[in-house]
Amino acid sequence: MISRTQRILFWTLLVSSVLMSIVLLRMRERALDRLLASAETMPLNPPAGRPVQSVTIMIANDMDGSLQPAYQNLALPLDDNARAHVILQHLIADYSRPSSKHPIAANKGVNEIFFMGLPADATHTSPGTVAIVDLSGSFVEAHPSGIEPETLTLLSIIGTLHANFSQISQVRFLVDGQQRDTLAGHADLTRDYLASDAPGVKHL
Amino acid sequence: MHKMQPIFGCTLLVGALLAGAQQPAATSPAAPAANSPAAPAANSPAAPAARAAPRFVVVIDAAHGGADNGARLSDRALEKDLVLTLSVRLRSMLGAHGIYVITTRESDAAIPAVNRAEAANHAGAAACITLHATTSGSGVHLFTSSLTQIPATRFLPWETAQGAYAEQSLRLSSEIDTAMTHAEIPVTLGRTALQPLDSFTCPAVVAELSPLHGAATVTQLSDSAYQDRIVAAMAAAVEQWQHDWRQQP
Repeated sequence: MISRTQRILFWTLLVSSVLMSIVLLRMRERALDRLLASAETMPLNPPAGRPVQSVTIMIANDMDGSLQPAYQNLALPLDDNARAHVILQHLIADYSRPSSKHPIAANKGVNEIFFMGLPADATHTSPGTVAIVDLSGSFVEAHPSGIEPETLTLLSIIGTLHANFSQISQVRFLVDGQQRDTLAGHADLTRDYLASDAPGVKHL
Repeated sequence: MHKMQPIFGCTLLVGALLAGAQQPAATSPAAPAANSPAAPAANSPAAPAARAAPRFVVVIDAAHGGADNGARLSDRALEKDLVLTLSVRLRSMLGAHGIYVITTRESDAAIPAVNRAEAANHAGAAACITLHATTSGSGVHLFTSSLTQIPATRFLPWETAQGAYAEQSLRLSSEIDTAMTHAEIPVTLGRTALQPLDSFTCPAVVAELSPLHGAATVTQLSDSAYQDRIVAAMAAAVEQWQHDWRQQP
């Protein structure tokens, strides 16, 4: 014979288990919703609802060694890092076109871009920001070898970043997250480039 | 301009190695005629002045070598081989004009950048010309260091020693530009960060050669007539530079 106390305890535990299961399921659903919501805000695609912005892209020309500004209207994410990524992907996509005057075979381009504030010192009260550009290994492998093409690629990236993000004062390059000596055997990737190195950049 | 490298921990150059007073390396592969300029007469009144006058030395640096092939110019041509060939031809042409030439590479050997700069700096060269080649662009791309001019001092930081010669390098680049233009070879001018260029303690230019794009045709770098034009123009520029160099106080 089961005592009345034991029956009450049994039913209480059973009801508690069911309630806890419901709560856990609900929490799991909320976590999934949050994850999906954050994934939707990832800057991989420009948000359709955002107004388009005019951006400046510095296009290299191997024939005369020049950089010429081109203006495009793009829907961009709000985050600076993501915006810079989208802009540089457009720049590199332009170079993979058959008609490009600075041809680079189609590739992934840029993995990521990070902006990092520089610490203020005695000489610079507002030292600006360093942009760390992580190039993909496939981009480096596909890049033509030569001082001029390599230098122009770096200057066009630096110029494009500086034209759209005036706070950038320096640019640093990595390849697949690692430091590398040169882009394709010539242009130095070990040093920090000043944004002012890129010619022809004007802020409107 | 590029950020200057930290000075501490750097190798220091001693007074640009007395700016040309030293003899070039005994292993210089320059032609015998170029190696042995006529010695002044011992009892001549002009002899002390002639002995004190620095010798006009040109360093030709053929880039890459060994396992470092440089750019692939075609299925069979590599940058390291082409620039070595042109280096030898330019050396011969300058030697024939009595100009003392030192080359940093005479075979398909890997020469570290630091050794190239050491060879040039020990020679106290009046001009240093590094040769590269690429398939991109048209004509000749002339590069000087992106370093800004700094005062020439007895001690220079190794990584940025070229800064003391920035203005002279621009003048040398202009001389080559003029000679190329006379030879109807298009030139693009630029500045770049490159080793060993930034460690040279001499007026220094990097000449990157590329195919010649005409209105309807493309002349490849393998074309010997095109190579002749480039070498002749380069030699003419060096001769003019020698003339200018002798006018300097």
